[in-house]
Amino acid sequence: MKNNNIKLARGLATLTAGALFGFGLSVSTMIRPEVVLSFLRFQDFGLMLVMGGAVMVVVLTYKLAPRLLGRPILDDHFHVHPSTWNRNTAIGAALFGVGWGLCGVCPGPAIAGLGAGNLDLLWALAGIALGALVQGLRAKSST
Amino acid sequence: MTISFFPLGWQHYLLGGVIIGTGTALLYVLTGRIGGMSTVFSSTWSFVVQRPFFQQARFVDSRSWRLVYAAGLILGAFVWWLGFAGGKPEATAVPVWQLLMGGFFVGYGARLGNGCTSGHGICGLGSLQLPSLLAVLTFMATAFLTANLAARWLV
Repeated sequence: MKNNNIKLARGLATLTAGALFGFGLSVSTMIRPEVVLSFLRFQDFGLMLVMGGAVMVVVLTYKLAPRLLGRPILDDHFHVHPSTWNRNTAIGAALFGVGWGLCGVCPGPAIAGLGAGNLDLLWALAGIALGALVQGLRAKSST
Repeated sequence: MTISFFPLGWQHYLLGGVIIGTGTALLYVLTGRIGGMSTVFSSTWSFVVQRPFFQQARFVDSRSWRLVYAAGLILGAFVWWLGFAGGKPEATAVPVWQLLMGGFFVGYGARLGNGCTSGHGICGLGSLQLPSLLAVLTFMATAFLTANLAARWLV
């Protein structure tokens, strides 16, 4: 019973965190491909403020939370996700940029935009899902 | 001065960014999870594709919460849409083939490179990881190039 409650609490926490994320993407108009493309064409530098604002909060939280709390409020350990720089990261990032520059949509806004009634983004969402599928089918099983 | 870095204003960008960061921070403080977005596109395939790649623990173990997180994204945008934007549906003038093909490269590239604008850009930079900084610089460079070439050739 207690186990179920904590699972439910974790689910609600995740939903709320996602909702803040989606709300922020909307407030900052990142769900509009045109705004992203105008950044990539050097017409509006707003995306720098979005990313800067988000990173600022996250740096502080990732630094301070483990020190102040020891463990997350609803679970027993803080996850880590080390990034690595190798051939796949380089090629993947480069291809990601090509796609992003072509459509102005990245994974977060492709999902969030649907909530604001932008059904055109379903095309981008389908493209992303297909791209992820093909990547997985081509990958060796353990990477 | 007639040229502006922020022709549409700057406050909403900074505010939105801080809210995005707060969402990522809340996920971490409450559940300990690192909230990049692109993994959901691989982990969700694990429900239907049996290949060992998709059946890795890191996808199977996280696929449920990642879908809940994605549902939250839609919910948050929905609240903004109805509560703050008048409920007029958003639309884009970007052509369908560009959305589809651009999306394909976004999905393929983000998963091959293990992260996107939120994974490398927010969580990776947020944990001060050099490989993520290199990834961000790489995708910014190719995105600048592509977007400017596309503006010249396609429209």
